[in-house]
Amino acid sequence: MGLVKDPQRVEAIAENIADARAVKGRSLWQDAMGRFFHNKAAVGSLIILVSILIFTIVGPFFAVWSNEEIDWSRMADVAELGRPSIENGHFFGLDELGRDLYSRTIQGTLTSLMVGVVGALVAVVIGTLYGAVSGFIGGWVDNAMMRTVDILISIPYMFVLILLMVMFERSLLMLFVGIGLLSWLDMSRIVRGQTLSLKHKEFIEAARAAGVGWFVIVVRHIMPNLMGVVVVYATLLVPGMIMAESFISFLGLGVQEPNTSLGALISDGAGTILYDQVWQLGIPLAFFLTIVISLFFIGDGLRDALDPKDR
Amino acid sequence: MSLLVAKNLSVSFDTPDGVVEAVKNVDFSISPGECLGIVGESGSGKSQTFMAAMGLLPKNGHATGSVTLNGQEILNLPIAKLNAIRGSSMSMIFQDPLTALTPHLKVGDQMKESLMIHQNIAGRKAQQVCLEWLNKVQMPEAARRLDQYPHELSGGMRQRVMIAMAMLNNPKLLIADEPTTALDVTVQAEILDLIADLQKNEGTAVALITHDMGVVARMCDRIEVMRYGGYVESGTADEIFYSPKHDYTKKLLDAMPRLDTAPEERNRPIGEKLLSVDDVKVHFPISMSKALFAKKVPLKAVDGVSFDISSGETLGVVGESGCGKSTLARAVLQLIPPTAGSVAWMGRDLVTASKNELLKNRKDLQIVFQDPLASLDPRMTISDSIAEPLKTFRPELSRRERRKHVEEMMERVGLDQNMINRYPHELSGGQNQRVGVARAMINKPKLIICDEAVSALDVSIQAQIVALLKELQDEFGMSMIFISHDLSVVRDVSDRIMVLYLGRVVELASSDAIYKGARHPYTKSLISAVPIPDPNIEKTRQRLKIPGELPSPMNPRAALRFMPSKLKAEELSYVPDLQEIEPGHWVAEHDPLEDILAQSPMAV
Repeated sequence: MGLVKDPQRVEAIAENIADARAVKGRSLWQDAMGRFFHNKAAVGSLIILVSILIFTIVGPFFAVWSNEEIDWSRMADVAELGRPSIENGHFFGLDELGRDLYSRTIQGTLTSLMVGVVGALVAVVIGTLYGAVSGFIGGWVDNAMMRTVDILISIPYMFVLILLMVMFERSLLMLFVGIGLLSWLDMSRIVRGQTLSLKHKEFIEAARAAGVGWFVIVVRHIMPNLMGVVVVYATLLVPGMIMAESFISFLGLGVQEPNTSLGALISDGAGTILYDQVWQLGIPLAFFLTIVISLFFIGDGLRDALDPKDR
Repeated sequence: MSLLVAKNLSVSFDTPDGVVEAVKNVDFSISPGECLGIVGESGSGKSQTFMAAMGLLPKNGHATGSVTLNGQEILNLPIAKLNAIRGSSMSMIFQDPLTALTPHLKVGDQMKESLMIHQNIAGRKAQQVCLEWLNKVQMPEAARRLDQYPHELSGGMRQRVMIAMAMLNNPKLLIADEPTTALDVTVQAEILDLIADLQKNEGTAVALITHDMGVVARMCDRIEVMRYGGYVESGTADEIFYSPKHDYTKKLLDAMPRLDTAPEERNRPIGEKLLSVDDVKVHFPISMSKALFAKKVPLKAVDGVSFDISSGETLGVVGESGCGKSTLARAVLQLIPPTAGSVAWMGRDLVTASKNELLKNRKDLQIVFQDPLASLDPRMTISDSIAEPLKTFRPELSRRERRKHVEEMMERVGLDQNMINRYPHELSGGQNQRVGVARAMINKPKLIICDEAVSALDVSIQAQIVALLKELQDEFGMSMIFISHDLSVVRDVSDRIMVLYLGRVVELASSDAIYKGARHPYTKSLISAVPIPDPNIEKTRQRLKIPGELPSPMNPRAALRFMPSKLKAEELSYVPDLQEIEPGHWVAEHDPLEDILAQSPMAV
């Protein structure tokens, strides 16, 4: 009987096996994952989005030209010589200044995704917590917190962003700070409204009667019930952020050359469409649309997945 | 000659999960001036039968078969033709009188609309007809009501408006779909009397759809018992009540707790005093105007209630809506801080207790809520919900131990173990309420407050949950405070009963003493208003009607409704005394019954 040395361990293993046979406890997240992966549109969009992400990481290794090099030999006749071609290494063609659009697009996609995701992330984290706490505590705390938001909302945000850009050095970091500062405001209002209607539900009272502390109630009962709204709004925010960034870039205050973003590329491409250089608009625009549409589908899928009531 | 005849009527709904047959090949007929009762539990298809006849099915519903009104086929008529019949030859009253009235239209305008469409009467003449009908439905101050909005009226008055509206065009048939389910017992009694009068005086046939056997016993000549979309038994009221043939009918009749029979004796040890509530008051400040610094007036939801409860005992709390019974429950549990008074739990005051001490005591003080679905977090599996109190009070338990406890408790309350991963919306109301009971019981508390815990459930489910609570009490010996508006259920479970009226105790005595020898006029009127599922008793019973409807707690005169002498003397701040007339039988001071009945309803 030298095989089994520790009888306690055996017992534990036996129990584990017995457990596995009985119905396993699932958490909300496991359930949500299961439901999400049943949604074909959402999974498809997720695959597309992930492949774009992988492309931005792996793509540069296949690039023949860097994003800063100017192809002097083709620059003179971009409309003819600058078309997308595999032979000369310009897979997506040239831009107006003779730079490789393949590298430029990768660079721009990365910037735009970063701006969008960081903006939405800040909005989700700060906005949800701020709104939920404000709504749940209520009373004068709620009043003070929400009036602060009202005041911040009443300041035109473009103006603030432009001021920030002018006062401090124009940099990607400043852009993140500026967008992050403002993106959570709407989110916090939406979340507060939802919290107000949630906090009078009986299950919150039941939790209080069960002795659960207020912060745990916010995290365990209120937040998961807010998820649907938050996720959908966040996925709408990402494209919004990307577009806000392109607008600022268009004004010449956003990302600075040689850095670029999808917005900047699209606006450049729109300017040259008359000279028969459609790819300069088409390629960045295709990337932009693919990202935005995939995000919408993913958001939809997440909302359905996080709501246990199947629709 | 029958008025309404349905033959082979079937109703089905297309849903994403396939076709659902709500009504299956049903035949029935209603003669002029007759009252037909359709009894069944929720989901039995009793409403859909008549929705189909009225052409009110939703888009995914299909009706087949035939329904004739006075020999004319009305099933699946085009809407234009149906509109000529709906509201004039037959009309309908719905369960919820607030949602059935358009909120932004004045009562008079809503009523006139139907007159205009069917009889082309408008202007002053219409006004007159409306007023006449409001008087016929015994609406107090009818003329003033025409210019009021629905939200300004109480639930009972709204239902009167609904009935007046339905009767405006002298329909041959009045379909009443659970007309009194949302109302208090005393109001229910008045509305039922009103419908019975209309049936007698106007010769209107009534189709009464309800789940309440007591209401049926009181109102109906013939009864159809419905289950799973078909009629399982039909017959006259006497046949159904005194010689039911089908098992389901028998089960329904058995499940109905009866006010006039004492519950089975249970031998439970009743120990020492556990909870003692002394002069608890809960006042909510209400602003009288919209101004920023408007003066606030206290709404006295609970106004000086004292009682105590011993271990193992059940205290029933009854009263009509707005009497403060739920607020009292929350004040006892410190979910709402009481404005004044003390709640002593095993000798320690909870009101002044520190947060930590209160938290420790929460383990022994639990509550089961009215709405089983709303009281469970929709995003938590039921096992997580049941485990939540364990997580809070016994964090030392491992995941496995916790699960074991949850499984044991689920089995104890009659939930199948493979349901641990279900979400509340996947379960029925009764199952969800079992989850609520399991959550409350998981820490073996010493006191459970059931706040209308069975009110939202079907009769047979209600009986099961009540039986479960009794069993658990026998097993674990906890005390219970059983709050309900349904006096029959309260009698079934309680040792002692406390009757509340506008935040004050009017009578407190043992269960038997209350039902056999009630002293206070309010208690008497409540008891006499409860329908008893027995046609013979029901038809001969005398009802005690106190003038006026249940008034608002904001009205200072309302609190003295049972002391007209003090009202007359304008002593509005007088507080009726609670007197012990027999050992353990407390009654609030009141004027003689004749004086109370003599006052006009406008006085309060």
